Amino acid sequence: MRFIDEYRDAEAAERYARAIARITTRPWTIMEVCGGQTHAIVKFGVDELLPDKITLVHGPGCPVCVTPLELIDKAIALASRPDVIFCSFGDMLRVPGTEKDLLTVKANGGDVRIVYSPLDALKIAEENLTKQVVFFAVGFETTAPANAMAVYQAAKRGIRNFSLLVAHVLVPPAMEAILSSPNNRVQGFLAAGHVCTVMGYTEYEPIARKYHVPIVVTGFEPLDILQGVYMCVKQLEEGRAEVENQYARSVRREGNLLAQQLIREVFRIVPRKWRGIGEIPRSGLGLAEKYAEFDAEVRFGLADRTVEESSECMSGLVLQGVMKPHECPAFGTQCTPEHPLGAPMVSSEGACAAYYHYGRFRVGGLTP
Amino acid sequence: MCLGVPGKIISISGDDPLTRMGKVSFGGILKEVCLAYVPDAQVGDYVIVHVGFAISRLDEQQAQQVFEYLRQIDELRGLEEGTT
Repeated sequence: MRFIDEYRDAEAAERYARAIARITTRPWTIMEVCGGQTHAIVKFGVDELLPDKITLVHGPGCPVCVTPLELIDKAIALASRPDVIFCSFGDMLRVPGTEKDLLTVKANGGDVRIVYSPLDALKIAEENLTKQVVFFAVGFETTAPANAMAVYQAAKRGIRNFSLLVAHVLVPPAMEAILSSPNNRVQGFLAAGHVCTVMGYTEYEPIARKYHVPIVVTGFEPLDILQGVYMCVKQLEEGRAEVENQYARSVRREGNLLAQQLIREVFRIVPRKWRGIGEIPRSGLGLAEKYAEFDAEVRFGLADRTVEESSECMSGLVLQGVMKPHECPAFGTQCTPEHPLGAPMVSSEGACAAYYHYGRFRVGGLTP
Repeated sequence: MCLGVPGKIISISGDDPLTRMGKVSFGGILKEVCLAYVPDAQVGDYVIVHVGFAISRLDEQQAQQVFEYLRQIDELRGLEEGTT
């Protein structure tokens, strides 16, 4: 397919890998933020093409993985109600709550439906006026324009039996949380190409300056990631800390202004708990005052419910790039995709699931 | 989750900019996609699609940049080796 196949060219990938090896004189640790990039890196073995001095660590960029336990439990409570049709992206169904997951609710007769787009959930609401339709609005900035549009259209068209359980998270505050942590080992970032397609990258410029860290907006194909790594290493070797754009075929510096306008119309910035990390100020989106009636937590009186995270799963360390998935004692033993302890083992973009599926089992075993 | 897939716009329907929809082909598989956020996109353009919404129109010139950059790196190396 166009815009995919050409960026998987093996010969060009090897040329990039050789170029990276030529400019690398010291060890560097680079974090890719987005779960889609993590998946591509492990699937195509991009990390195995890199010189030993370059370590790629995997960031918190899987919204499924960072959604806090308390929101999963709220989703389960809503999905269990007989008057509710609960709509969600498929990834969320097997994320463990305190007692069960959404798939179990569905198996026990709950009306839980997997949708491809929030507009599908809106359509289900229109077709089932005697039911309450709740959409689990999970995602980063990339998904916010779609969810904003669903609410905006619901308001405009008077679809009152539709609401969102909002679990939206924002990337820049999470990057700052990682950089300010005493455990931080990240020296450069590959920023998430589709988040920046929506938001642009001006908000990363102060982060690059403040923490003196290069940030390269990067795409999702193997050649994109290799070029992103090259640009990041080049900055590190030269002592520069700038924001550069590798993914210019999709990302403009100002982003998608129309999409940002609708996000600002429908949402407001709120503090958000991240699973395994804790609360980060100004790191999430909630519905704006004007659209509060579409907030499922308000509609069903769930806003005050809080749940403590279990300490069994070490996903917080994995999500901050402090620990690699296979370094966790539970990896592949107590914790597998069939019986996950935490979300990173569930989602197709979770770092633990990616390592499991592509056979990265051995401790320190990234080389064949 | 932030998966965005490139596809080609085959047809466009609707006049209201907020509900403009298009048929987008992903290697022959057709899907209805909301085009509200890419008002400039026309039939024949490639767009990045995420959860049923086009979030950008792909820039054909910038699309070559990955290969152009690589060519420059290799050329530079050739020059450096030539002078040493």
